[in-house]
Amino acid sequence: MNELLNQLRLVGDWLASSQQWHGDGGIPQRLLEHLTYSGLSLLFAALIGLASGLLVGHTGRGAFAVAGVATLARAIPTFGLVVLVVTLAGLSTTPVLVALVALAVPPILLNTFEGVRGVDPATRDAARGVGMTEWQVLVRVEVPMALPLILLGLRIAAIQVVATATVAAYPGLGGLGRFIVDGLSRNDYELVIGGSTLVVVLALLVQIGFTALRRAIVSPGLRVAAFTS
Amino acid sequence: MIRFHAVSKNYPNGTTAVDELSLELAEGGITVLVGPSGCGKTTTLRMINRMVEPTAGTVSLRGRDIREIRAPELRRGIGYVIQHAGLFPHRTVLDNIATVPLLLGWNRKKARARAAQLLELVGLPHEMGRRYPNQLSGGQQQRVGVARALGADPPVLLMDEPFSAVDPIVRTELQAEFVRLQKELHKTIVFVTHDIDEAIRLGDHIAVFRTGGRLAQFDTPERLLAHPADAFVAGFVGQDRGIRRLSFVKAAEVPLRDGPVLPATAPVERARAAREPWVLVIDDERRPLGWAAVPELPQSGTLADASLLPLGPTFSLVADSARAALDSALLSPSRLAVGVDTDGAVVGVADAYELSATTVAADAAETEANEDVEAAGDRAGAGSAGGGEG
Repeated sequence: MNELLNQLRLVGDWLASSQQWHGDGGIPQRLLEHLTYSGLSLLFAALIGLASGLLVGHTGRGAFAVAGVATLARAIPTFGLVVLVVTLAGLSTTPVLVALVALAVPPILLNTFEGVRGVDPATRDAARGVGMTEWQVLVRVEVPMALPLILLGLRIAAIQVVATATVAAYPGLGGLGRFIVDGLSRNDYELVIGGSTLVVVLALLVQIGFTALRRAIVSPGLRVAAFTS
Repeated sequence: MIRFHAVSKNYPNGTTAVDELSLELAEGGITVLVGPSGCGKTTTLRMINRMVEPTAGTVSLRGRDIREIRAPELRRGIGYVIQHAGLFPHRTVLDNIATVPLLLGWNRKKARARAAQLLELVGLPHEMGRRYPNQLSGGQQQRVGVARALGADPPVLLMDEPFSAVDPIVRTELQAEFVRLQKELHKTIVFVTHDIDEAIRLGDHIAVFRTGGRLAQFDTPERLLAHPADAFVAGFVGQDRGIRRLSFVKAAEVPLRDGPVLPATAPVERARAAREPWVLVIDDERRPLGWAAVPELPQSGTLADASLLPLGPTFSLVADSARAALDSALLSPSRLAVGVDTDGAVVGVADAYELSATTVAADAAETEANEDVEAAGDRAGAGSAGGGEG
């Protein structure tokens, strides 16, 4: 118990010390790096995952491939992938981004696909029957109805990416992982715990952000439980 | 209006959903497609708005081959109602109804105003427009489905078992509403059901399909009940088609007699003199009071002294059918139906046997009419009188 309190005080001291908040290698710079890697990889992953998830979900063609790709992608260890790509491509931002994208695509792809495929066939039939084009069926009916699952996929991906972006520090690319890597090599546990805390806080903020987003953009008609009038 | 010419639908696995169908549906009426499951009635319906494309033959709408029209455009001009309503759960009731107007490019305000108007037309309160479909009962959802189909005021309405997913009480209510709406709107409606009672209640014309997608008979409900084309149709129409036929005979055509109808002031001797087992006692405005059993009448006095049995239901000569008259006869203690006019005054009575004479008369009239038609030659167009080939 004392040990825990002690550590909490250490973290507090570390976070409060003004030197951490200024200049090269300070928290703001590391945070910006971290957010850049996370944001970029999430953006690419969303483009790939949403586009293919919507396409396969709407047409029903290639469902088997989606399941296969997603399972395969999830089986690949992120850290291993970073090392592999760094070895092959050299030290740069690319390998880190590739690894993070590979990590983020499966949850987005799978949830988007399931969301669209899960739309009631009668609703889809009605959408076509009232005269919607295929594009209108997708955009006006399937996407809004799949939105809860699409957001779930994006949220899982975002949290995983934010947590895993710490690996960027290994090939020397900064981010919040820098504190952890440096702390470990210097046996500076204050630094390790401080860095980890920042990552955890960031992940929580992502979670809160997505909950707010869900409230704002998912139709109440999909949220309210059925009750008789 | 809607014409099927030698239309077939075959699936790659070898099943035939519709087989060489030729049919012409009149403008402004309700045509019901009915038959057992797998008879191709829904497929036939869905070929009208190109939800299903025929393998062979042509479907035309107002003389135009529907393949010339882009499917989404065609569908926006045809109302479509399906079994579970198929409402969009993420849209409010009002926005569901406004779907087609919005697809047609109306501005949002005009589309919403139109939707509010339709909400009222289908008998739902204005506040319900702001709700979401999952806050509505099945019957209410179905009403919204009908309102959505009427969005852009299409001349044609396709309805695929629209009332079969709701409970019987709500179904009867929706059917009555539907009949009322149609009286107001005069749409050309194609209606699919597997329920022959519903078909007879709603249809101006009925197309009976048999398994394998073949048309067994296309006729008016009256003629379908009176002259089923073959054993299949007779079996499908049901055992009690004789009774159902009475629905199409107006009660005014029922022959009535007033021998057993006597005022309460009449002496009991007059009742005995009528040589009837029962007499109907009426007041001085000819309103029925009840039945008196003649053998149990008091020795003397007037009928006012007799103990009366309750009347049972009467039937209106103006509003009811011979079926209501038969019902009245069966529920009456005397087995006599009591016919009343608009003021509730007794016109006369008839027993079940006398009631059945109405269909005999109808048959005779029809046979005569048919002979006239046949004498005039066989050039009569498809659709009206002649039955389709099985």
